[in-house]
Amino acid sequence: MSETLPVRTRDYSLVGIDGARAVESGLASAQWYSCLVPRKQMKALMQRRDGPAIRDTALWFACLSLSGSLGVYFWGRWPAAVAFLCYGVLYGSASDSRWHECGHGTAFRTRWMNDVVYNIACVMILREPTVWRWSHARHHTDTIIVGRDPEIAVKRPPDLLGILLNMFQLKSGPAALYGIALHAIGRLTDEERSFVPKMEQHKVFRIARIHVGIFVMMIASCIALRSIIPAMLLGLPSFYGAWLMVVFGTTQHAALAEDTLDHRLNSRTVMMNPVFRFLYWNMNYHVEHHMFPMVPYHALPALHEAIKADCPAPYPSLIAAYREIIPGLLRQARDPEWHVVRTLPAGALPEAVSA
Amino acid sequence: MVACTRDEIEEEDVFRFDHDGRTFAIYRSPDDEFFATDGLCTHERVHLADGLVMGHIIECPKHNGRFDYRTGAGKGAPICVDLATYPVKVEGEKVLIGIA
Ligand code: FES
Repeated sequence: MSETLPVRTRDYSLVGIDGARAVESGLASAQWYSCLVPRKQMKALMQRRDGPAIRDTALWFACLSLSGSLGVYFWGRWPAAVAFLCYGVLYGSASDSRWHECGHGTAFRTRWMNDVVYNIACVMILREPTVWRWSHARHHTDTIIVGRDPEIAVKRPPDLLGILLNMFQLKSGPAALYGIALHAIGRLTDEERSFVPKMEQHKVFRIARIHVGIFVMMIASCIALRSIIPAMLLGLPSFYGAWLMVVFGTTQHAALAEDTLDHRLNSRTVMMNPVFRFLYWNMNYHVEHHMFPMVPYHALPALHEAIKADCPAPYPSLIAAYREIIPGLLRQARDPEWHVVRTLPAGALPEAVSA
Repeated sequence: MVACTRDEIEEEDVFRFDHDGRTFAIYRSPDDEFFATDGLCTHERVHLADGLVMGHIIECPKHNGRFDYRTGAGKGAPICVDLATYPVKVEGEKVLIGIA
């Protein structure tokens, strides 16, 4: 009779057994592998500029205004569908990378510009600014460490239906709205309490109430105008426009190693065309971003050149990445222990030792 | 205690100084003044000397937390605790730090 090995059940909760195990074994808040970049070169790469982000943000808002206006103008006719398709992607998907880069404070040199765009993007993507600032800090401390990272989008075994539903935020959207409502009445979950410090918690409640106010005004406008158009411009695009965010975002870590201390093994860099890179603000250079989060999005291609000899080969296209991700996730649905093993190039420094 | 020489730190940059099991960060401001703080970020104990100096701000390389290195004051999330500062004196080419 053949013996089958027991499958390890993973506890992704931040207050569960795997989180405690990660702390015990030294995987939490650990030292990560870092490629060698001379200080002078790194200093140049880290330099902040306002110019690129002002240009890109102006273009983003111009495209939003144009597509939104065309959608309203053609409402009831087929060109409105095309206009809202564009508007939705700009609103519900491009906001993800703006949220991300401005949350790091690296998009603009001027601090308040980062804060303004961050808060706008948070409304667009249904993310509460304070909670997500702290959850993202944890994601960078403990990237894809089970029980520590609150932002593991694709767990094992993967929730394939959930990924498909989230193309239109049908799973994460209602959860986000529930979170906003919970915070608006002054409550946090146990998990949130594990990464949002006490002194910051009042901010969570205040901003949740502001978000509720924004959505109430949107609903009131729909009722007053007897039209769904206000919701098509604010609120609903977080759902109908989210699909490209999922397409881009799934490439970041899905099907790669968990519980390793080397971003070269648990993150993907995928080469993309200039339009995608504009929408995604160069987050396709994901290994580089995780290893050196101080480097602004516009300098990531140069950082890629600087460290590529020490990193696995990047995926040449989005299609190439999905050729690995789709079969990988299907396999993990049957065998959650399996993961893609990235190959380091000959001459690369060895991977960091995980605990 | 001599921490470094002037020319070991570029203007608007930071230098790591380890002494007696402790680590410090020495800064040279854009107006050519020198300052010193604890070397590790108060958020998750990452070396600030790997971060970026912008004006009178040091930004931590891990989560982009910011401090005013002249006073040690944290400038918002994820920084909840200020940084300890130390007196600095420049004597000729030498940068001296006052640590107990
Ligand atoms: S370790 Fe410095 S900001 Fe987190």
